[in-house]
Amino acid sequence: MSVIHLTASELAAKIQSGEVSAVEVARAHLDRIAEVDGEVHAFLHVGTEAALASAALVDEQVEAGSAPASPLAGVPLALKDVFTTTDMPTTCGSKILDGWRPPYDATVTSRLRAAGITILGKTNMDEFAMGSSTEHSAYGPTRNPWDLSRIPGGSGGGSAAALAAFEAPLAIGTDTGGSIRQPAAVTGTVGVKPTYGGVSRYGLVACASSLDQGGPCARTVLDAALLHEVIGGYDPLDSTSIDQPVPSVVEAARLGAQGDLSGLRVGVVRELGGEGYQSGVRASFDAALQRLEKLGAEIVEVSCPHFEYGMAAYYLILPSEVSSNLARFDAMRYGLRVSRGASAEEVMAATREAGFGPEVKRRIILGTYALSSGYYDAYYGQAQKVRTLISRDFAAAFAKADVLVSPTAPTTAFRIGEKVDDPLAMYLNDLATIPTNLAGVAGMSVPSGLAEEDGLPVGLQIMAPALGEAVMYRVGAAFEASRLADEGALTAPEVTR
Amino acid sequence: MPAESGSISRDEVAHLARLSRLAVTDQELDTFAGQLDVILGAVARVGEVAADDIPPTSHAVPLENVFRPDELRPGLTQEQALSGAPAAEDGRFRVPRILGEEA
Repeated sequence: MSVIHLTASELAAKIQSGEVSAVEVARAHLDRIAEVDGEVHAFLHVGTEAALASAALVDEQVEAGSAPASPLAGVPLALKDVFTTTDMPTTCGSKILDGWRPPYDATVTSRLRAAGITILGKTNMDEFAMGSSTEHSAYGPTRNPWDLSRIPGGSGGGSAAALAAFEAPLAIGTDTGGSIRQPAAVTGTVGVKPTYGGVSRYGLVACASSLDQGGPCARTVLDAALLHEVIGGYDPLDSTSIDQPVPSVVEAARLGAQGDLSGLRVGVVRELGGEGYQSGVRASFDAALQRLEKLGAEIVEVSCPHFEYGMAAYYLILPSEVSSNLARFDAMRYGLRVSRGASAEEVMAATREAGFGPEVKRRIILGTYALSSGYYDAYYGQAQKVRTLISRDFAAAFAKADVLVSPTAPTTAFRIGEKVDDPLAMYLNDLATIPTNLAGVAGMSVPSGLAEEDGLPVGLQIMAPALGEAVMYRVGAAFEASRLADEGALTAPEVTR
Repeated sequence: MPAESGSISRDEVAHLARLSRLAVTDQELDTFAGQLDVILGAVARVGEVAADDIPPTSHAVPLENVFRPDELRPGLTQEQALSGAPAAEDGRFRVPRILGEEA
């Protein structure tokens, strides 16, 4: 087994013991990227020199015998290209930010650097995080390592594919309606959407501010927990950041791995599953429930009657916020400027026309419509009320269960091109993940096996109340340990040219 | 309530695009009008929910005003702030004319 196949926690231990250097680990992953990323296209930018310099610093500290900067010091990571980085471009998958070098680091970026984590590069994504396939990236799609003709999910398909292709053991994503969890599900990896406000949004280029949340991605639950504790926590630079300690998710993951869930109530959401879900996804979910029961959990059924309106509410609230947030791309202060026309307004319109892709334009127009006078009450206002009802559904369900579960996505990875011209079909991928974003609660996706009909990965979604990540990680780790013991790791086939 | 399909016209999309400062092409207008019509038909379902007495949620985490101490702290330098500007002159953003557009 080579270095690239190790988990982040294994790598960190070997780096600290001096068994392998952080520079060797960084090089092995950079070599892997050079070998396979021409096919996978997980990365938009690889920062070779900065990565090696950062790793060398960790090696110096190890040699000097000083305490590691964090439990993940020297471990490589792939960063979604929506977090600002002063030493690398930040494009958000958009032409309007082609080559843009931000003048400051996102808080997530700063915390990764302070933790001694080696940032390998920036990963591909649907433009401004709008999409479920990465096909809406202006720089071309990422391919799923499980089958290069298929999508790796989105918007964080680059981060998930980098993990599945062993280009990095850790990654960062952002989740506005499922952009961490759905890619994790379709690539057989782990992805966590923390409680809203749990990870700073400072320097995270906004899609929909009331929904966006950064979070950890990894190949194991423990690795995700270790990363969660590095990036999580209060940040005075984000006024929506929660001023409370980060939940003890590493401890919870270790406890969960011992495999005992007795006394825990796991709620199955009646409205998330059944019709519209692929048969192999349903079968994998049913098997997951049996496994959780075997681990001692009590399975209870819960009903969240307003979840069926979640997608409709989401696709009004999100475009409304998008239409406002993306007004900042005005061709005046940074980013692209197309100097067609004499007035500022003409230049703005020409620049935004040239710089934004079709999905972004659709959502800006839709949001402008939903917010316009005469329609506001029927659309945006009503969607906000449905949002309240969805939060109440969660509250009622969490009174009956410690965590809720569902399939993460209704299908396994679909083929590139299959849904790209049918926006509504694309939106349906986030059916099961959207409610948590609307309510601000926590959610994660853990591999639950392969679908019988196509041999592609399926994810189990676990949801927990706001700041209830510890119990979520505990259940995720217990499920993972039990599944691994019976079925082994889900490993994508070797990428071939 | 404009719930049924056919609720958004090509002209309306053109108007919205103008408001959004998007110089969309004729071909895009045709495509978007059809697609937005389908999307609106789906999202209009929120109207089916009886919610007259339900308060709206704009934000999942209830927050009061968040203040910070009024202390000096480092910000971006002028050079950093202008580093990504499409055009800059004399330490300022250089922009196309914004007045007299009717002239």
